[in-house]
Amino acid sequence: MADAAIVAEGLGKRFGPVLALDGVDLMLAAGGVLGLLGPNGAGKTTLVRILATLLRPDRGRARVAGLDVTGQPQAVRRLIGLSGQYAAVDPFLTGEENLAMIGRLHGLPRRQARRRAAELAGRLGLAGAAGRLARTYSGGMRRRLDLAASLLAAPPVLFLDEPTTGLDPHGRLELWQVLAELSAGGTSLLLTTQYIEEAERLATTIVILGHGSVIASGPPGQLRAQAGGDRLEAQALPGQDPRQLARALAPLGTAEPAVDEAAGRVIMPVTGGAGILPAVAGRLADAGLGVSELALRRPTLEEAFLALTGQPASGPAGQARPAPSARSAR
Amino acid sequence: MTAITGAAARPGRAVPALASVAVITGRNLRRLIRVPTLLVFATVQPVLFVLLFSYAFGGAIRVPGASRYVDYLLPGIFVLSIGFGASQTGVAIAEDLATGMIDRFRSLPIPGAAVLAGRVVADALRNLFVVALMTGTGAAIGFRFHAGPAAALAAVALAVAAGAAFSWLNLLLGLAVRDPESAGLAGLLPVIILFFTSSALVPVATMPGWLQAFARANPITVITGALRALCLGGPTARPAAEAVAWILCLLAITIPAAVVRYRHAAST
Repeated sequence: MADAAIVAEGLGKRFGPVLALDGVDLMLAAGGVLGLLGPNGAGKTTLVRILATLLRPDRGRARVAGLDVTGQPQAVRRLIGLSGQYAAVDPFLTGEENLAMIGRLHGLPRRQARRRAAELAGRLGLAGAAGRLARTYSGGMRRRLDLAASLLAAPPVLFLDEPTTGLDPHGRLELWQVLAELSAGGTSLLLTTQYIEEAERLATTIVILGHGSVIASGPPGQLRAQAGGDRLEAQALPGQDPRQLARALAPLGTAEPAVDEAAGRVIMPVTGGAGILPAVAGRLADAGLGVSELALRRPTLEEAFLALTGQPASGPAGQARPAPSARSAR
Repeated sequence: MTAITGAAARPGRAVPALASVAVITGRNLRRLIRVPTLLVFATVQPVLFVLLFSYAFGGAIRVPGASRYVDYLLPGIFVLSIGFGASQTGVAIAEDLATGMIDRFRSLPIPGAAVLAGRVVADALRNLFVVALMTGTGAAIGFRFHAGPAAALAAVALAVAAGAAFSWLNLLLGLAVRDPESAGLAGLLPVIILFFTSSALVPVATMPGWLQAFARANPITVITGALRALCLGGPTARPAAEAVAWILCLLAITIPAAVVRYRHAAST
C-alpha cells in the first residue's frame, strides 16, 4: 500500500437530502492513471474535492501520496495539483503572472517561480500569449493555463475534473498528449470524464461511478468485456425493415440487438473487434440485405451503464437525486 | 517532458503566512489598476464625492464647529468612499468563488486566511491612496487639517482601520451571498442607509427626534465624529475610543466568521 498514489475506503458524503457518495472504495497505484467515469450527478466532483482536501467526507478515509487527506491536508496540498471543472485563472493577470502567482504560493522564490512559469507556458503552447491578460484567451487557452497552474509544483499526484470539457477535437488531442507525457514521467493522474473513449485512451484503471457508488472497476479491456464489448451499428436501406436486419445479425451478438424502427437503425453488442466484420458481411449477403451505414464503435457511457447495471445512467432514479456537485448550488 | 514533471524544487515546508499574504496583495493591487470598475471606485468617485457634496450642499448647510462646510464634510466623505469601495471586495471574493479561484487557492499549501488577509491589505493601500486623493481635492477647494500633523496622521490611520473593518465585512458578505451582483448590493445598501442617517453630511441635532437616537449610535456617525475631531480639533480621546471600539467589535465578529466561511467555501 505504501506505493499507492490514492487509496479511498468507504467514502461517504451527504448534502442535505442528497447522498452524493455512498461508500466509495478505490485505489490507484503510483504512476497510474485512474479514469473516473460517470454521468452528471454521479458524485465524481464530490470525490475529487474530497481527495484534493477541499471537502471533508462524512465517513470513510482516504490517503493521497501516503498522507491522510483529513488528518494532514496541508501536507497533501504540497503533493497534489488540481485542475477543476472550470478554468480557474485570474482574467486580469497575464498568463505568466497567473502561473508565477501560483508558484510563489507553492513557496518558490520569485525568480524561480517566474522561470517555471515561462517553462510551463512554453510547454503548453502559451509562450506567445504569456504576456497577455488571460481575459483575452480563448476557452482552450484558459484551460491549458489552468492545467499549467496545476503543474507548477510538479506534483506527484494530479487531479483533473473533466479536463476536456469545452475543448474542440484538436484541443482534446493536445491535452491527451500532455497527460500521456505526464503519466510517462511518473505523475499519478486521476481524471474524471463522461466519455468512455477518453477513459480508455488514457487510463490504466477505470472506475465507473453511478449515484454515488462504484458500479464497476478494473482495467479498460476487462470493463469493456463486462459492458458487452463493442457496439455494431447498422443502418437499413431506405424502405427496408430494420427488423429483418436485426434478425440476420442477431446470431453474431452477445445480446439481443436493439432496433430503432423510426430511424431504421440496429444496435448490437459484439466482441472480437474488427474481426467480426467479415462475418457481418457474409450474413448480410446470405440474407440479401444491404446497409447504408455500418459502424463498429465503443459503447457510450449510457450503453455501458445499461449493460453493467441493467438500469439507465440517468433514469428516474437519477432525477430523484439532484446533482450533488457543490457547484450546482451556484 | 522535464518541463512538465521535473525541474521545480518542491519545498517540504508550509508556505509562510506573510509571504502568501504579500503574493495575494500583489494580485489584488494589479487588478486594481486593470479592472475598470475598481479603478473608477478608487479615483473618479472619491474626487466626485468631494466636489459634488461640497458644492451642492455647501451653500445650504451651516455647521457648528467648522468655518467651511468642506472641513465638516471631508471626514464623512472619507468614510463614504471607503465604504463604497469595500463593496467591490465582496464582489471580488464572490467572483473568485464562482470561477473556481477559491478552489485553486484552497488546494495550495497556504494558510486559509492568507487569501482574505491579502485582499484586506490591498484594500488598505487603496484606501490610503483614496484618502490622500480626497485630501488633495478638498485642499484645492479650501479644506485644511486644523489639529496638527499628529492628529492628521491619526485621522488617516483611523480611516484606514475603518476600511479594514468594511473589507472584512464585505468578504464575509461575498462568501455568504456567493453571487457577485448580490454581493455588491449587499455591500452598498448598509453603507447608503447608515451614511444618510449619520452625521456625515449634517449635524445630528438637525434631524427629527426619532432619528437622532439611531443616528447617534450609528457607527458611521461615531467614526465620522472621531475623524472630525482629529481633523478639526477639539476633544479627541472619547470619540476616538468609541470609534476604535466599533472597529474592533466589527473585526472581532467578521474576521473569524469570514475565515470559517472561507474554509468551508463551496462545500455546501
